[in-house]
Amino acid sequence: MALLRVEDLKTYFQTDAGLVKAVDGVSFTVNEQEIVGVVGESGCGKSVSWLSVMSLINPPGKIMGGKVLFEGKNLLEYTRHSPEMRAVRGAKISMIFQEPMTSLNPVLTVGEQVSEMLRWHLKMNDKEAKERTLYLMNLVGIPDAKNRYDDYPHQFSGGMRQRMMIVMAMSCNPRLVIADEPTTALDVTTQAQLLELLNEMVKEFQSSLVLITHNLGVVARYAHRIYVMYAGRVVEEGKAEDIFERPQHPYTIGLLKCTPRLDEEEGRELEPITGLPPNLINMPPTCAFLPRCKYRKERCAEEPWPPLFPVGPDHYARCLLHENAEGRVNMND
Amino acid sequence: MTKYIGQRLVQALLTLILITLIVFFMMRLLPGDPLLIYLGQRAELHDMTDEALEELRKEFGLDKPIMVQYVNWVAGALRLDLGTSIFYREDVGTLMKERFPITLYLGCIAMAVSTTAGILIGLLAAVRRGAWPDKIISPLTYIGVTIPAFWLGIILIYVFAQKLGWLPVSGFTSPFKDFVQSTRQIILPVICLSAFGVASTARQMRSSMLEVLPQDYIRTAWAKGLSERVIIIKHALKNSLIPVITLIGVGFRVMIGGSVLVETVFAIPGVGRLMVSSIFSQDYVVVQALTLVIAVLVLLINLVIDLFYGWLDPRIRYN
Ligand SMILES: Nc1ncnc2c1ncn2[C@@H]1O[C@H](COP(=O)(O)OP(=O)(O)OP(=O)(O)O)[C@@H](O)[C@H]1O
Ligand code: SF4
Ligand SMILES: [Mg+2]
Repeated sequence: MALLRVEDLKTYFQTDAGLVKAVDGVSFTVNEQEIVGVVGESGCGKSVSWLSVMSLINPPGKIMGGKVLFEGKNLLEYTRHSPEMRAVRGAKISMIFQEPMTSLNPVLTVGEQVSEMLRWHLKMNDKEAKERTLYLMNLVGIPDAKNRYDDYPHQFSGGMRQRMMIVMAMSCNPRLVIADEPTTALDVTTQAQLLELLNEMVKEFQSSLVLITHNLGVVARYAHRIYVMYAGRVVEEGKAEDIFERPQHPYTIGLLKCTPRLDEEEGRELEPITGLPPNLINMPPTCAFLPRCKYRKERCAEEPWPPLFPVGPDHYARCLLHENAEGRVNMND
Repeated sequence: MTKYIGQRLVQALLTLILITLIVFFMMRLLPGDPLLIYLGQRAELHDMTDEALEELRKEFGLDKPIMVQYVNWVAGALRLDLGTSIFYREDVGTLMKERFPITLYLGCIAMAVSTTAGILIGLLAAVRRGAWPDKIISPLTYIGVTIPAFWLGIILIYVFAQKLGWLPVSGFTSPFKDFVQSTRQIILPVICLSAFGVASTARQMRSSMLEVLPQDYIRTAWAKGLSERVIIIKHALKNSLIPVITLIGVGFRVMIGGSVLVETVFAIPGVGRLMVSSIFSQDYVVVQALTLVIAVLVLLINLVIDLFYGWLDPRIRYN
């Protein structure tokens, strides 16, 4: 059963250079206790999509349309500052951001930054809030939690701060955690530990997790389903094994070819995708991947950007090769 | 924190010693013998014998070597004995005792007004950026930082005292004697004294708030579902106050300068006016004493500001 359904979400930025269609009609589904990966190059609209879900888009950005259905309600009907939206944010849907060094408030103790949420959302008193915070700090493996509760963020390492962000995100027992590149800024060992921790935490709390990353390797191990985004849209979605074993969109194929995989036996030649993603202002009406696509046909330059075609069970790709059911692509072509 | 306070205290002490040296020797470097100038003004010089002059010199300790004079002065200052005014022939401490509370009273009110009003106004302009409060506040604060205090004083007196007759033109009454009259009299001087402070604090507050609001940790606070009020007051204000506090220190120093002008314009018998008249009569004992007291005061304020900094910003406190 779907916990969250995002339908045809559009978020645009009015800039001096023109209207940036950062997110232009994306739909996502997140089921109960599911881990969903959202992958794509920098600037493809991953963060903007999920900040929109949280109603955290600042001017000049504006959510132009779509629905965010969560627990039977459309969150986009609430205004950003409304009590209804605030009751969802942090309590039912929480978010972990990419930058552990700057995402914590430098002038408040780390403990207080968690406890205030517990007092605010769960109406705990000071003592209960502190106890739960300490419990969670222990749970995520912060040594000597009792003494570190009153520390300030600058006394924590990057990895420890991100653990604190996980504590914060899990504090109110949310139904959904959105982790926006939670480990990108950290070293490889810490990255692996934190992903493992995040995975354990959402299992423990029976929450769902959206794992946003530009690195397919990161989601390979944990995600049940994956959305691949390109230029503000989803270009392929499917179960993780289908995406990795039978990718159907040329962009996904390109991504896989330039991603090292941990479970690979012998070294494979990594091939970068040539060219750059399109400018999101004045996008051509055709497939946005066209200039970089190795599989393009003449028709691709004539037809508008196609819809998502089914390419297998629960597997869709936005590519003209799949207009007809027989258009299967083999990655090793 | 204790270490931090200790460091600040030692620094303050060293600065103080330096200040006494500068104050003392700068006065001596000025051309002219203050005694002669004083006597010249009194037209007593021509009928004074050399012995009488020496006598007077001895009375003020001016016959001793300069280092001894300095040590005597510092030793006196430590005993809170700041010397005797050549001009008034009166103990400087007594001279100040009547005037200092008046200046301090006005200064404290002006300081409180400029800090609180400045912070609140700047906050409002930042939070409602681009909306009508901001559109009104921003140009006004610009005028506030550029307008000279004495000019503002004259305009205020002209409009509110002479034309409209709402407030007294000048003078000062102790608030203990007649609170209403006293308050009516200080309204215009306080506006004059705090105009710069309000405007500059508001401008700094607005810009530092606008710098803090887009920070990642504010986005985190929004993502936590907190209300705008909590986010502004708890998460943004403390961070944005850090640069504002520095400015309050500057504002205090500007205010000391301003009180000289404002006390002159509004005929308020405070130390500002004493300073002006003492400079004109080259009464170096008084000038020297006032400079020292003001320097100590500035030092104290800076110390308080440093401590406040440490309280605001844990990164300072622990490094
Ligand atoms: N404040 C803004 N003003 C103008 N354009 C913006 C703004 N924020 C985002 N965008 C545009 O929206 C597009 C999507 O940005 P988004 O942050 O969602 O990318 P992303 O997929 O999260 O990339 P990354 O991997 O770098 O985090 C970008 O191309 C950017 O140009
Ligand atoms: S539609 Fe055409 S150009 Fe676009 S990805 Fe598919 S094959 Fe390539
Ligand atoms: Mg991003």
